[in-house]
Amino acid sequence: MFEKSFLEKLRNKLSEWNKAAEQFRSQKSLPRFFTISGEEIDELYTPDKVKDADREEYYWDHIGLPGEYPYTRGVHHTMYRTRLWTMRQFAGMGTPRQTNERFKYIIKEGGTGLSTAFDLPTLMGYDSDHPRSLGEVGKCGVAVDTLADMEIIFDGIDLAKVSTSMTINSPASVLMAMYLGVAEKQGVPFDKLRGTLQNDILKEYIAQKEFIYPPRPSVRLITDMMAYCTKHVPQWNTISISGYHIREAGATAVQELAFTLADGFEYIEAAIAGGQDVDEFAPRLSFFFNAHSDFFEEIAKYRAARRIYAKRMKNKYKAKDPRSWMLRFHTQTAGCSLTAQQPENNIVRVTSQALAAVLGGTQSLHTNSMDETLALPSEKAVRIALRTQQIIAYETGVANTVDPLAGSYFIEAMTDKMEVEAEKYFTEIERRGGVINCIEEGFFQRELAKSAYRFQQEIEKEERVIVGVNKYVMEDEKLEIPVLKIDQRVEKEQYAFVKKIRQERDNKAVHENLEKLRAVARSKENTFEVILDCVRVYATLGEICDVLREEWGEHVESASAMQVS
Amino acid sequence: MAKKIRVLLAKPGLDGHDRGIKVVAAAFRDAGMEVIYTGLRQTPPMIVEAAIQEDVDAIGISILSGAHMTLFPAILEEMKKRGAGDILLFGGGIIPEDDKIALEKMGVARIFTPGAPTEEAIDFLQKAVARKSSDEKIM
Repeated sequence: MFEKSFLEKLRNKLSEWNKAAEQFRSQKSLPRFFTISGEEIDELYTPDKVKDADREEYYWDHIGLPGEYPYTRGVHHTMYRTRLWTMRQFAGMGTPRQTNERFKYIIKEGGTGLSTAFDLPTLMGYDSDHPRSLGEVGKCGVAVDTLADMEIIFDGIDLAKVSTSMTINSPASVLMAMYLGVAEKQGVPFDKLRGTLQNDILKEYIAQKEFIYPPRPSVRLITDMMAYCTKHVPQWNTISISGYHIREAGATAVQELAFTLADGFEYIEAAIAGGQDVDEFAPRLSFFFNAHSDFFEEIAKYRAARRIYAKRMKNKYKAKDPRSWMLRFHTQTAGCSLTAQQPENNIVRVTSQALAAVLGGTQSLHTNSMDETLALPSEKAVRIALRTQQIIAYETGVANTVDPLAGSYFIEAMTDKMEVEAEKYFTEIERRGGVINCIEEGFFQRELAKSAYRFQQEIEKEERVIVGVNKYVMEDEKLEIPVLKIDQRVEKEQYAFVKKIRQERDNKAVHENLEKLRAVARSKENTFEVILDCVRVYATLGEICDVLREEWGEHVESASAMQVS
Repeated sequence: MAKKIRVLLAKPGLDGHDRGIKVVAAAFRDAGMEVIYTGLRQTPPMIVEAAIQEDVDAIGISILSGAHMTLFPAILEEMKKRGAGDILLFGGGIIPEDDKIALEKMGVARIFTPGAPTEEAIDFLQKAVARKSSDEKIM
């Protein structure tokens, strides 16, 4: 793209410029600058900082055009000029009825997609009245025990008209089956359903740690569901391969990028090994990234993710359908970047993080509420978070043109560096025997613990400023925003409801279907259809998961995965 | 030289968010303490049993799920039942101010909330354990 003679001239000019700049640099030692992930940033980026920028192929291999391979500039030709990203606010708390009310509120305020948070017992496959659920029911999401709860959550919401995302992993098959059960009751055909299931168990072992079974049968549950949905629920995104939680658990931007893509490739290889055609299932895969505070680093991360993915899908997995090459993703702003001190400042953090996600070409976005380090968000805080996206979309003008940052020397150099660093991790993961081996021996977990500890030390040594926490601190700060509390009565109501369902359902049918599931679990048959049958007769989440626990065992972290750094 | 402080760290309940507790464990270790981290999904009886077996000075608990008003009292109750009331119980997590006050009244030695530097926790533990052992000597 650049003539060799031009680059030579530039280098000469730069050495003169460097002398002139010297007088503006601090006297004794040159300060160094790093991203929030610890990547060193140069003072100035010029065309010669972009490796191979003098070759024309560089442009086509690395940047190209939006909507075309390698998708660095975005997966759609016209991006937000045709359709804005989906403003999808994650919600769910207390009883199914309370969540139903919150959903209706979000729709009324202009939210364009629903996103369901489940409570910990649901995430772990326990019923609300299980002893291990004590104190957790309805706390950080909605409690679901049977299809009857899902019927209430989506009561009065037409499933043909909304797109619904569900954050559920180990028991994802069961919750997906329940959603299909609600669609049947509403008379909505499965091929009209739109939404996303998180369904990414690998990142649970790495980061969020809400796992039930060991990795191998867990991956089977996922590929079984992918096979079913490809056929019967074609508009559904069966998995959202998630870096969000990996980042929240302490990863750097590069670690988030590399570990998430490595997980994605693991599922793809498992599905191919199970006999599925890559072009049949790959167009329904989606990703989920974090938007942290280092603005340009995040934008480079999204752009690198699209490029790495497209290359691998095309070259390594031999996908032929361009839709299989496209990495589509949801973004959530970084919960771990928010501070309990001066919580209103979080609105500003979220704004800049959301802007990075939009400039990085996200397909949908959740903006965190300012009060989330204190409790579940209040209605007002949720509204401000949604308004933040609306202001970015309608007032700032950033959505007016496609990928406005392309060609910035800094952005392109950083995007290239992200790709190189991620490739180094892929080599390391392969050297260690692949993703599942790395999980079992705790490689990812230790990498994250190290990064998290380094970050905390930087804050405590005041090498890194967090406004309101280690600088510009307010003495005797009084909390001035309302904090939402979940009533202890939620637990009692939910106990009573699940007990009632267990009495009123056809218990013989429940028992028969659960035994069918046991037989399928022991075989190589697809587990999803029989889980759907269990759900239809109101088997509880806990009953279904217990059968699989009995057959497959439970995962326990190894000592090396628990190592602290 | 003073005896090394022994501290047991654990995550009770179903919450799997272990970033914080691992950071605290590393900071305590670097401050010269002996840290035993027992991991995720520990029930109150498991935690108290491990604390007695390991003969620790203190138990540190991390809860980010909102279940703190159930789990801390359950651990205190178990400590009482097992005659382990002399062990310090402290913790941290997403815990609203009025719950923090209520828990400290109940007998939790200290609750740390988001943004608290690890140095503050180290300082607290060193002083609290020193105070406890000097009290024991007087008795």
